Amino acid sequence: MWAVWRMLGIILAGRCWVLSSESTEAAPRVQASLWELFLAFAKLGSTSFGGGLTGWMMRDIVGRRAWMSEEEFLTGLAMAQALPGVNVVNLPLWIGYRIAGLPGALVSAAGVIFPSAGILTMMAVGYSFLSRYPQTKLAFAGAAAAAIGLSGAMGLRAAKRQVRKLVPAVILALTFVAVGVLRLPMLAVLAVLAPISIGFAYDEARH
Amino acid sequence: MRDNIYITLIGIIAPLSLLSVGGGQSVLPEMHRQIVELHGYISEAQFLADYTISRMNPGPTSLIVALIGWQVAGWWGAVVTTISIFVPSSILVLLLARIWARSRGAAWQIAVERGLAPLAAGLILASTVTLARGLSGGWLSVVITLLSTLAMTLTRLSPLWVIGGGAVMFLVLGG
Repeated sequence: MWAVWRMLGIILAGRCWVLSSESTEAAPRVQASLWELFLAFAKLGSTSFGGGLTGWMMRDIVGRRAWMSEEEFLTGLAMAQALPGVNVVNLPLWIGYRIAGLPGALVSAAGVIFPSAGILTMMAVGYSFLSRYPQTKLAFAGAAAAAIGLSGAMGLRAAKRQVRKLVPAVILALTFVAVGVLRLPMLAVLAVLAPISIGFAYDEARH
Repeated sequence: MRDNIYITLIGIIAPLSLLSVGGGQSVLPEMHRQIVELHGYISEAQFLADYTISRMNPGPTSLIVALIGWQVAGWWGAVVTTISIFVPSSILVLLLARIWARSRGAAWQIAVERGLAPLAAGLILASTVTLARGLSGGWLSVVITLLSTLAMTLTRLSPLWVIGGGAVMFLVLGG
């Protein structure tokens, strides 16, 4: 199975080098080859159990590999969530583009999608077998609960830096309460709070 | 029939790509309506099983479309539906990323980046709460989530150990 992914990656990387000659406007700021990008996202897509993929990405891309700053990552996340589409694919597209232009975006998205799709079909086969045992359900419930903790930990880490100033702290708190507690539609919340927050940042930068 | 099943699948899935605002979960009801109720491609029980499996799977839950495509039209069905759910929205993201890369360092861009950061942090915390709400298993799940948040904030343990620990804890205490 691994050999198949590897081949897929090599094929993709080869294809994308051809494409890369066309798009030169995004100058890479860190050294990461397309193969490294593909592998990083393939690993994220196939090991991040429990649905907190964003947390895993932040931990890996910002924390471990330092491919981009926390602020860059958070911008990408906000964009990925505001645009239509699956944000766990939108975000790799954004990150990949930032690091290696269009080819980077394509291999990153492919890395998240394809290995995971392969695992999914295997799980579909295994599930009918495993679901006969009640322990399976329990173990998955426990794993899912623990996996959410990663999302919580990354949220706290991102928040720590934002609450040092009053306005970002208030914006953060309002976003959390509106979306997480009151369950208001996310797009509406962003539409109201984003201009205020951006306006403040712009004003502050000028002084 | 086999010739146009792919086109029908593209016709169902591709528009959903652009409608899936705020994550893939938002289009599941519409997907269910079209695939199960309108076309009867798969049964209600099959759809539910697919949903459960794709939630357990690492990676995007929207890959449920791969399972549906596979069940409706085999391997090529899976390929077609997977591409259909991701391509339309990806084009939008790439266009925006391109604009972004072109005006790198502009004052407005720095302001947008700084301004969006607290919103994104709030969204991560909000999604943590939303995910935790969806858990089955009552108080034990909540305790495990809190413990795991603590463990991952305070230690440098690999998340896989923490998640494995959660699974074991639930097996021991929840059974």
